[in-house]
Amino acid sequence: MSTATSTGSKELSAVSTESLAALLVAKERPARPSALSTSLTFGWRAILKIKHVPEQLFDVTAFPIMNLLMFTYLFGGALAGSPSDYIQFVLPGILVMSVVMITMYTGVSVNIDIEKGVFDRFRSLPIWRPSAMIGYLLGDALRYTIASVVMLVVGLVLGYRPDGGFGGAVAGIALLLLFSFAFSWIWTMFGLMLRTEKSVMSVSMMVIFPLTFLSNVFVDPKTMPGWLQAFVNNSPITHLASSVRGLMAGEWPGGEIAWTLGWAGALLLVFGPVTMRLYNRK
Amino acid sequence: MSTHTSGLAIETAGLVKTFGETRAVDGVDLAVPAGTVYGVLGPNGAGKTTTVKMLATLLRPDGGQAHVFGHDVVREADEVRSRVSLTGQYASVDEDLTGTENLVLLGRLLGHGKTAARQRGEQLLEAFGLTDAAAKQVKHYSGGMRRRIDIAASILNTPDLLFLDEPTTGLDPRSRNQVWDIVRAVVAQGTTVLLTTQYLDEADQLASRIAVIDKGRVIAEGTKGELKASVGAGSVHLRLRNADQRPEAERLLRDLLTAEVQLEPDPVALTARLAAAASDTAADHAAKALGELARAGITVDSFSLGQPSLDEVFLALTGHDTGQATGDATGTGPDTDTKDEVAA
Repeated sequence: MSTATSTGSKELSAVSTESLAALLVAKERPARPSALSTSLTFGWRAILKIKHVPEQLFDVTAFPIMNLLMFTYLFGGALAGSPSDYIQFVLPGILVMSVVMITMYTGVSVNIDIEKGVFDRFRSLPIWRPSAMIGYLLGDALRYTIASVVMLVVGLVLGYRPDGGFGGAVAGIALLLLFSFAFSWIWTMFGLMLRTEKSVMSVSMMVIFPLTFLSNVFVDPKTMPGWLQAFVNNSPITHLASSVRGLMAGEWPGGEIAWTLGWAGALLLVFGPVTMRLYNRK
Repeated sequence: MSTHTSGLAIETAGLVKTFGETRAVDGVDLAVPAGTVYGVLGPNGAGKTTTVKMLATLLRPDGGQAHVFGHDVVREADEVRSRVSLTGQYASVDEDLTGTENLVLLGRLLGHGKTAARQRGEQLLEAFGLTDAAAKQVKHYSGGMRRRIDIAASILNTPDLLFLDEPTTGLDPRSRNQVWDIVRAVVAQGTTVLLTTQYLDEADQLASRIAVIDKGRVIAEGTKGELKASVGAGSVHLRLRNADQRPEAERLLRDLLTAEVQLEPDPVALTARLAAAASDTAADHAAKALGELARAGITVDSFSLGQPSLDEVFLALTGHDTGQATGDATGTGPDTDTKDEVAA
């Protein structure tokens, strides 16, 4: 470059137009990658982001531990006689609540990507359209797994003893991850729909708080007023918490699991297409 | 390459996009020949980015038609996507990832294997002078480096058509020149480039044809020469030794060149704008005028003959200036073609 003569050491190296030209000569294009391959590549991106910004794991480690300690010792004595008795009941519930709560960060990540400008590049690529969205969810699945394992370990330290053993715990967590994957499409929709990160956050809070608290996560719904029981007993979170609780206790709550899977399917069928419609039309 | 025969990379007819009440793009017709740099010039909010987004399949047009290499941007969006690449402030790379990771990510998404994606990424980083920054997160890059990695990400597969949406906005003059070199290298290999810019000298430097766009409409289209000829043949700029002689010089020039003469703020300077009809003989006329001035005893200290700037073109076409702060860099000197400095 003629302009880059009196350069100091911190100057950018010059662009080599010769080697650039040599690179551009190659016109052949590889075959279009499969849907699975692009989804996994986007999942890899999510993992790279965790690697570069490990602080974002705070919400899947410290937050769930805090929840667990807080609710176990706050309510334990009053509700179940002692914290160690209560934790047998509440740990699967808090596991469900915490993981479902952190799903809302998916919407925030989608929104940040739109804001930062990387999103339209992905949208302009000739790839299977939902793979970018699935990539977020694959990365998030890793975060949910970390959160679940952390809580389970802390729970074991505090005296939680799952009767279902290792197998029961794994089955419970697997069901939780499956439900969270389907549930997250609500947040991808909001992430695409709302203008700012803040509004995504506040709308998510408005949905997630009533939904997780108005359930059987903390207490048996029998003491609630009838109208609230009607809501709580039919909430997907209640079905999920009962399923996870049952699986971890070594039971097979078939009905609850069927309800949970039904809800997951319904959420995916409704919010998946809405998300993709917004993604394509944005 | 494409299978169609018209030789046009982009063809639009009556393209419209509305946002609520605003008609951001209001009936745009474009015909972009393949293998050239085509400039779309206009101020902020003219509808340039909206047009590009429709052509790159990111926005659905509300009316009209657009074809890229003969493929409809709505019905054959995937065909279009496999031929085009896009660089703009909104189509960037992931700030949290490193330069290498970004290129490998996009390489994988374009179907390269792990090794091939990494190799191509490294070669591009090297060609763009970014090898030292390859392992740094993009958020720590300077503006110039940022634009390079954006463009590198757009040519992982050599595209048939590259959209560069305001590629030098916010860059310092040196980085800007380097981006221009990249654009020239890309187009030299047969890629068509659609360049949007609000900088008149940028379109002048790079584009072979230019569409001037204002308020969502194309208000002029043609080669640089045609656009400039539409506002006159250029201008003669003079500096006299003696300010007292300026009124007489002004009268002489007006008579000799049948030109509009403008007195500059500098009391010894004046500019004569030549009429369009005189474009072939502008130099002869100017020489003759110099002779006459000498005969009348008027001493000329300096003299230059220049083509009209695109700034003047824009002003003449729209009746308002571009509204950009770049006006003084491109507008004051009549000899833009010989200028080296660029707008900040």
